[in-house]
Amino acid sequence: MSFLRRLLSSPTGAIGAALLSVIASAALLAPWISPGDPLSIAGPALLAPFSDPALPFGTDRLGRDVLAGLLHGARTSLVVGLAAAAASVLLGSMVGTIAGFAGRLVDEALMRVVDAFQIVPGFLLALAFVSVAGGSLPTVIVAIALSSWAQPARLVRAEVLSIRERDYVAAARVIGMHPIEIAFKEILPNALPPVFALAAVIVAAAILTEAALSFLGLGDPNVVTWGSMIAEGRNVLRAAPFLSVIPGIGLVVAVLGVYLVSEAAGEALGRGGRP
Amino acid sequence: MTEPLLTARDLRRTFTSGRRHITALDGVSLAIAPGETLGLVGGSGCGKSTLARVLTRLIAPESGAIAFMGDDWLALGGGRLRAARRHMQMVFQDPLAAFNPRATVGGVLADALRIHAVVPKAARAAEVARLIDRVGLSSGLIGRSIHDISGGQRQRVAIARAISVRPRLVILDEAVSALDVSVRGRILELLVDLQRETGVGYLFISHDLAVVRAVSHRIAVMDAGRLVEEGPAASVIAAPSSDVLAHLIGAVPRLTGIIRPERSEDRQDDAY
Repeated sequence: MSFLRRLLSSPTGAIGAALLSVIASAALLAPWISPGDPLSIAGPALLAPFSDPALPFGTDRLGRDVLAGLLHGARTSLVVGLAAAAASVLLGSMVGTIAGFAGRLVDEALMRVVDAFQIVPGFLLALAFVSVAGGSLPTVIVAIALSSWAQPARLVRAEVLSIRERDYVAAARVIGMHPIEIAFKEILPNALPPVFALAAVIVAAAILTEAALSFLGLGDPNVVTWGSMIAEGRNVLRAAPFLSVIPGIGLVVAVLGVYLVSEAAGEALGRGGRP
Repeated sequence: MTEPLLTARDLRRTFTSGRRHITALDGVSLAIAPGETLGLVGGSGCGKSTLARVLTRLIAPESGAIAFMGDDWLALGGGRLRAARRHMQMVFQDPLAAFNPRATVGGVLADALRIHAVVPKAARAAEVARLIDRVGLSSGLIGRSIHDISGGQRQRVAIARAISVRPRLVILDEAVSALDVSVRGRILELLVDLQRETGVGYLFISHDLAVVRAVSHRIAVMDAGRLVEEGPAASVIAAPSSDVLAHLIGAVPRLTGIIRPERSEDRQDDAY
């Protein structure tokens, strides 16, 4: 695992990984630190932070525990971020591989579809999709994936175009391997490393898009998210700014962590070269 | 002579790079008999590799015909072509580039055996071990990554992959050029032994006349996309009729030990 060591040896990677592990442990430990429904009333309304040891980050306008919201919100953010990025990379690499490997007409047709998705601003597309399909976690994930798969598709296609001219692909053809097997077994795995670096950027963008959708009230109303917490706190921004600031800090830490890791991963890939 | 294994007639192929048209193959015709080695020599850029890739159907010729094992080789497509590919294999010049960077030695051979169902599934592992042993490698290498073994070992794996499907013809495109001299000799011996055992035919492409001379029954000389000379190995080298071959002979000082000394000295004198 020399790649992992290279990743963690750079300050960027180490800080990013530390931030991410904080968010990940918050998400994983949420049911134990703050058991029960984070949307239920836990104490008096608008309790300031650090005034009650049982509610360290205070409560919101309805008396809901902000710490519980923060921890459970980390779950939503990470789940949406990872699932949307995974779906986006999966769709993108399939389309990119087929376009790059099949070439000619198939390539042209697929890339025009990619163009169409890339022309529409990603957030608007997600917004329109969620408005039509309704706000639930899976819809939000699909919406974000739809708005971000064009970039990995382009990247994979470019990689595939370069890899398909290599000798080992020629060797696979000479041995009589089926084109589909060549595309997905010989070419795609070798095209993926740069896509993984891009995937991290997509995770960061997905977390932000999810927060923005929730902020606009288009998220899942039954799930606590940082975006909806910020929106909720906005109404009392002067009296109780901590209600918006605390989930905002969570968002910054998560996005920064993912971004730093992606930066370090890109560097580690560039330095190590491909195997 | 028996019916040829492969006959190519009047193959043409040009490449366009920017506005320049490069004629890589300019009416190449050749024939290879079963169990025969045809050596193909020529300077770099003369179209040798293009010929190899046209014959293996990696690139299409613009015109010409290829008959292989009695079939119209250029008319085959899809599944029939993939199945027929079993009979014509190729060994590439750079043994590192010719393998998926993620592949293992055993995986490479097992893939080839699986695709053509050469042996029943249960016997596959044993066949992989037999092939590895046949090309002179230790069975301890089977689980290793292609990256962990040396260049010479890799080329042996490439040869094992080529013979695993029991082909009738193997095209060796500069197959020993990237190897150092001591390894090269042993690989050539292996190729000759395999030919004796299985009756496989070779198209042995190289820029190195000494190597070609050592393994070929017949030699063809290529220059600027054309075959300029062809004939039995010994007589072609003893009496080259083309300037290209005369130059090639002159460029290979090691030839003194292989062909008759008085001729080689003559040639070296007037080559340059």
